[in-house]
Amino acid sequence: MFEGITEGLTNAFSAFRGSGKITEGNIRDGMKQVRTALLEADVAFDVAQDFVRNITEQAIGEDVLKSLRPDQQLVGIVHQGLIDLMAGDHTLPLKRDGVTVLMMCGLQGSGKTTTCGKLARLLKEEGHTPMLVAADLQRPAAIEQLKIIGEQVGCPVYHEDPAKSDPVQVCRNGVKQAKAGGSTIVLLDTAGRLGIDEELMKELQRIDNRVAPDMCLFVCDAMTGQDAVNSAKAFNEALELDGVILTKLDGDTRGGAALSVRAVTGVPIKYVGVGEQLDRLEQFHPDRMAGRILGMGDVLSLVEKAQQEFDEDEMLAQQEKMQQGKFTLDDFRKQMRQIKKLGSMREVMKMIPGMGKVVDQMGDMNPEDDMRRIEGIINSMTLDERHNPERIDRGRRNRIASGSGVEPAEVNKLLKDFNSMGKMMQDMSNMSLKDRMKAVKQMSDGGMMDPNANIQEKKIRSKRGPIDSIQLRDKKKKQRKDARKAKKRNRRK
Amino acid sequence: MGLFDRLKAGLQKTRDILRTDVRDLFRAGDILDDGLLEDFEGRLIRTDMGVAAADRITSRLREEHGGRTVDVDAVWETVRSELRDLLKSDDATAWDPDNPLSPLNKADSGPTVILVAGVNGVGKTTSIAKIANLLQTNGNSIVLAAGDTFRAAAVEQLTMWSERLGCDIVRKDSGADPASVAYEGAAKAVELNADYLIVDTAGRLQTQKNLMDELEKIRRVIQKVIPEAPHESLLVLDATTGQNGLSQAKSFSAAVECTGLVLAKLDGTARGGVTVAIRQEMGIPVKYIGVGEGVDDLELFDADGFVDALFAK
Ligand SMILES: Nc1nc2c(ncn2[C@@H]2O[C@H](COP(=O)(O)OP(=O)(O)OP(=O)(O)O)[C@@H](O)[C@H]2O)c(=O)[nH]1
Ligand SMILES: Nc1nc2c(ncn2[C@@H]2O[C@H](COP(=O)(O)OP(=O)(O)O)[C@@H](O)[C@H]2O)c(=O)[nH]1
Ligand SMILES: [Mg+2]
Ligand SMILES: [Mg+2]
Repeated sequence: MFEGITEGLTNAFSAFRGSGKITEGNIRDGMKQVRTALLEADVAFDVAQDFVRNITEQAIGEDVLKSLRPDQQLVGIVHQGLIDLMAGDHTLPLKRDGVTVLMMCGLQGSGKTTTCGKLARLLKEEGHTPMLVAADLQRPAAIEQLKIIGEQVGCPVYHEDPAKSDPVQVCRNGVKQAKAGGSTIVLLDTAGRLGIDEELMKELQRIDNRVAPDMCLFVCDAMTGQDAVNSAKAFNEALELDGVILTKLDGDTRGGAALSVRAVTGVPIKYVGVGEQLDRLEQFHPDRMAGRILGMGDVLSLVEKAQQEFDEDEMLAQQEKMQQGKFTLDDFRKQMRQIKKLGSMREVMKMIPGMGKVVDQMGDMNPEDDMRRIEGIINSMTLDERHNPERIDRGRRNRIASGSGVEPAEVNKLLKDFNSMGKMMQDMSNMSLKDRMKAVKQMSDGGMMDPNANIQEKKIRSKRGPIDSIQLRDKKKKQRKDARKAKKRNRRK
Repeated sequence: MGLFDRLKAGLQKTRDILRTDVRDLFRAGDILDDGLLEDFEGRLIRTDMGVAAADRITSRLREEHGGRTVDVDAVWETVRSELRDLLKSDDATAWDPDNPLSPLNKADSGPTVILVAGVNGVGKTTSIAKIANLLQTNGNSIVLAAGDTFRAAAVEQLTMWSERLGCDIVRKDSGADPASVAYEGAAKAVELNADYLIVDTAGRLQTQKNLMDELEKIRRVIQKVIPEAPHESLLVLDATTGQNGLSQAKSFSAAVECTGLVLAKLDGTARGGVTVAIRQEMGIPVKYIGVGEGVDDLELFDADGFVDALFAK
């Protein structure tokens, strides 16, 4: 069920392949698959319906019928459509003078408190002086939680005795204290609540009215299903949201909620939470989110993740060794250990476009097991053997095999693979990132839609510079609008 | 009116809406055509049961009633029976509705161990408090193990619940090895000859290999003290969760062989339909539902009631 998105789209668009033409008939089939893909990614039903309807109109209006590779174009249009829907100002407008007050709201357990800490950390790094206010008087130990987080990021936490106070009072006093104490930003951590809980929603409105925060941010769990629209709507109606923060995107959820929340509130997503640690807050990138929802892989995130996890000096040293062909089994083992830090191999592979299918084909096969065996074999070698594998003769091979509990043939295979891999790596390490991705893609075999369609498009834009890309988008938008108008006119005839 | 009464009143309201809801969609005398079926499919999808299950139900409706004038009761009966089928699948987990403890496995002798796991923020700790309360009011003695040593103030949170409930708790400092907390919890439960040990764990995403390994380790370590433990391995699922719930059920089962689900936060507008898909693919039944933040807000799962509630507005 989960791989349905990649597969569904691949199948839908491969039906076009070779036909060279999109008819209203086959776009309908493809779009049905897109709709299913969106629903399986947890995009709200109505949002998915509307999106498919609009994109269908657009695709036909844009006269893609004459195109040679309609599948690519359609993927591009769908992808761009998602991006357009999620585009907006993804920064936080902060006041130059005085105190900016940000209020967090959302359902129970969505990640408000953690996100307060993450934001405080980020803003502090940017030179602001944030203060946290513990306005969740409901959840046991919620104040305690915020106090610990405040300590971790090194910023003050304003709190009162919950038995003698109420959330409105805490917030008002907190802001007062911030002004007096020279803080420039106040983050209000409110209690989680359900949108249908009128009493508690009124309490939030009271805070909103009496404290008048500059911005109200809705914190939403990225794993949320169809209900995302209901809660987003309720919070937006009660508080007029200014932005959304999507949390827990470090998992394997497709995150269709991003689209739903954006569509019903109209406010942009500002940040995404990608881990429990307080440094795991990232800028929101509509293009990555669009790719993720469509199951097109998340290469850029992978690259970023790799950069975070990998020891940079170590990486550079290894890269150099690779270029010079001096990469040893010892280095190989080090690298395997670093890859392991990224998480499950299957999940890492899924982030690479087109690899989703390969992961499926692996069935129950577990790359971790292989890695463990290989590590075991290398562990059983002497340092000298790891640096000079050609010295491993039959006797040594048998010793290594029995030391690591494998057949001697497996030791042989590792040595052979390592040898040919060394050559390949030497080539790859001299490539640019894009070429490397291409190489990975070639390895994963064709048979899928071209995930680079979008990347290429971007390259053209970047040549024209960033301003042009906005103009280009506006132009495209206008074209689409005209096309829609023309279509309506035609219909009336 | 107290907080919990308020929440219950809210729940009642949504239940009342339900009674008219499906009947609004299918009006006697209408023809059950593709348009109506698509509307109904939307209704199903909105419960989060997933495209596959929704397809199955709409297909059956089309087969049995398609193109004919709507007989509201007959249509509704088809939907319900198909859903009940999906939920109960082969082995009928019909527990005694009058005995709220009937879904729980029990140790032959000595303490029964309940391990509670799930992704971040779904309601694990609160559900533990609710289950402990349920067990206690039925005359059992409880030991809690504060196995979430990671999240800020998680130990304090469970400690506050144990104080409110008046039950024993085993805790260590934040940052301690959760397996060692579980081990000491098991030892303490044996020492006190407690009826139940409930082990809290830190929220973790199912894709985090090292954390899933840690969970396996917690289980292994408990077994050193009580070999058949855990007798219950409960996965807590947030009712707002979409299709990712299936991935959660798969991975957590692989690590700790889940014996049941607790579906928390059903007091909101979310329907928790992904449990239908989980039941379908994995066979794991929902045992309890959470309907509020208080210790009394736990109900025995009842498939019929759930099917009704799926369609509440
Ligand atoms: N409305 C409602 N809220 C609930 C329910 N169960 C839990 N909550 C709330 O959800 C929030 C998170 O609950 P916890 O029990 O701390 O969840 P957890 O899974 O232990 O969270 P972590 O330990 O942070 O991973 C708290 O604010 C609870 O009060 C429920 O059934 N209904
Ligand atoms: N994996 C992951 N966990 C998160 C993220 N943000 C928050 N959490 C966790 O989600 C749980 C609930 O977070 P909390 O901030 O207490 O939520 P609140 O109830 O809305 O204040 C905690 O276990 C957090 O550690 C995230 O981006 N990724
Ligand atoms: Mg909180
Ligand atoms: Mg907890």
